[in-house]
Amino acid sequence: METETDNAPVVDIQGLSKTFNGVDVLRGVNLRIDKAENLVVLGKSGSGKSTLIKCMIGLMEPDEGSICIMGQNIAEINYDDLNKLRTKIGFLFQGGALYDSMSVSENLSFPLRHHKKHLGIEKINQLIREVLENVGLPDSGDKMPSELSGGMSKRIGLARTLILKPSIMLYDEPTTGLDTATAKEISQLILDMQRKYQISSLIITHDISCAKMTADRIVMLKEGVIVAEDTYDGLEKSKDEWIRSFFS
Amino acid sequence: MAIAETHLPTWVPFKKAVWHAGEFSLFFFRFIREVFKPPFEWKEFLYQCFKTGNKSLPLVAITAFIMGLVLTIQTRPSLAAFGAISLLPGMVSVSVIKEMGPVITAIICAGKISSRIGAELGSMKVTEQIDAMEVSAINPFRYLVVTRVLATTFMVPLLVIFADSISLFSAFLAYNIHGDITITHFYNLALSKLDWIDIFPSIIKSIFFGTAIGIIGCYKGFRVDGGTASVGTAANSAVVTASLAIFFIDMIAVQITDLL
Ligand SMILES: Nc1ncnc2c1ncn2[C@@H]1O[C@H](COP(=O)(O)OP(=O)(O)OP(=O)(O)O)[C@@H](O)[C@H]1O
Ligand SMILES: [Mg+2]
Repeated sequence: METETDNAPVVDIQGLSKTFNGVDVLRGVNLRIDKAENLVVLGKSGSGKSTLIKCMIGLMEPDEGSICIMGQNIAEINYDDLNKLRTKIGFLFQGGALYDSMSVSENLSFPLRHHKKHLGIEKINQLIREVLENVGLPDSGDKMPSELSGGMSKRIGLARTLILKPSIMLYDEPTTGLDTATAKEISQLILDMQRKYQISSLIITHDISCAKMTADRIVMLKEGVIVAEDTYDGLEKSKDEWIRSFFS
Repeated sequence: MAIAETHLPTWVPFKKAVWHAGEFSLFFFRFIREVFKPPFEWKEFLYQCFKTGNKSLPLVAITAFIMGLVLTIQTRPSLAAFGAISLLPGMVSVSVIKEMGPVITAIICAGKISSRIGAELGSMKVTEQIDAMEVSAINPFRYLVVTRVLATTFMVPLLVIFADSISLFSAFLAYNIHGDITITHFYNLALSKLDWIDIFPSIIKSIFFGTAIGIIGCYKGFRVDGGTASVGTAANSAVVTASLAIFFIDMIAVQITDLL
């Protein structure tokens, strides 16, 4: 990590393959994310998007291929080092995945209490206020996750990952299941966070308007293979029928 | 955890059972390994102890009270026939402390605690909360499983001791309906029949019951895969498996104490 230069990719994936019960879900995916870049992976339901992102964080083991994050090959490092790396990566789950036995502020302080033990209660509360402010829900600290709407849960999920100030963010369908206005707000939030903290992000989606707002670069995943890679404007002009189907 | 049931060689009989036994053993060894690794989650452990004890206390108390009462009333006529009524306190205390107390308390805890843990962890699994913990670099096994299993291991024996005392007290009440005996005299009679060799194994046995209740609940919860329906199945199967395990442990324990 110390040898990392400024233009080295933050994430570098080579030849990633994954098979479930004889079905090839990912077939040799190559992917690179540069520093402070928003990369969008666009693909239809079941194309292996969640599988890709779960392999990246070590929730699933790929059958083949290598994943290097900030210069470390995650298959070769031990569990403790992997966890050290994970504290620098934020992961937003499709459903928010809030701990439903804890209140919103307990959800937010949970990672802090484990990873930033030196922080006093004052500092923790201040960080919680700050991050709730950032996601636009300043008064929800005392609520329980069951009292939140889908969009709010996603924002709190986002707040929970942002509170550790990650250098990489992985978003699994941040806007799916939300109305257009809320989806737009979340996309804006992703953009703001990238600008404010220089976060490199991978955004997985099949929502084209989210892609349009957030993407610096888009890769298209079809049946486990990357079929196209370009900016939003470049892809919009594509003649390929399959690619066009996302834009209509 | 990487081996599927279908990967077992064809000559293996009872594939499903063998596979489950293998999976469970791996889970159990992981527990043993993680228990000794720092840091220990004290706060969650104490909270789980509180929850385990607090939630089961009333139920255990009522059952234990009735058990002591019924046992005394039912045994009385047979002993009276031999004119050996003074042996009653001793008999009741031996059967309560050696067998009824630990087993009935453990069965209640299996119903109450194992199912709760199975459902709780199962629903955390399906809503990706366990994955969320994993990716935020908090070891979910240590935070969720180790604390819960240690909590039941610690609390079930305490509940058993509590149940034993309640049963002996209700036995005294039942005994005293007819005769007039002071509580001290009753306890002198009751405890004179007891030796360390009766009390000690039943405490050890209860510790194993506690571990089984905790780890089976956690195992069933962690194995939940798929939709919310499987959470119910996990809770149900946790109760059934834990209850069975209790009787098996009891059977093994009685063989061992018999040798002593
Ligand atoms: N744990 C698993 N076991 C077996 N098959 C799986 C598992 N996870 C995913 N799959 C299969 O892999 C394929 C891709 O799943 P994945 O969740 O990656 O799709 P996705 O692109 O994220 O879809 P969506 O947009 O609906 O979330 C699916 O066909 C699914 O059935
Ligand atoms: Mg998905």
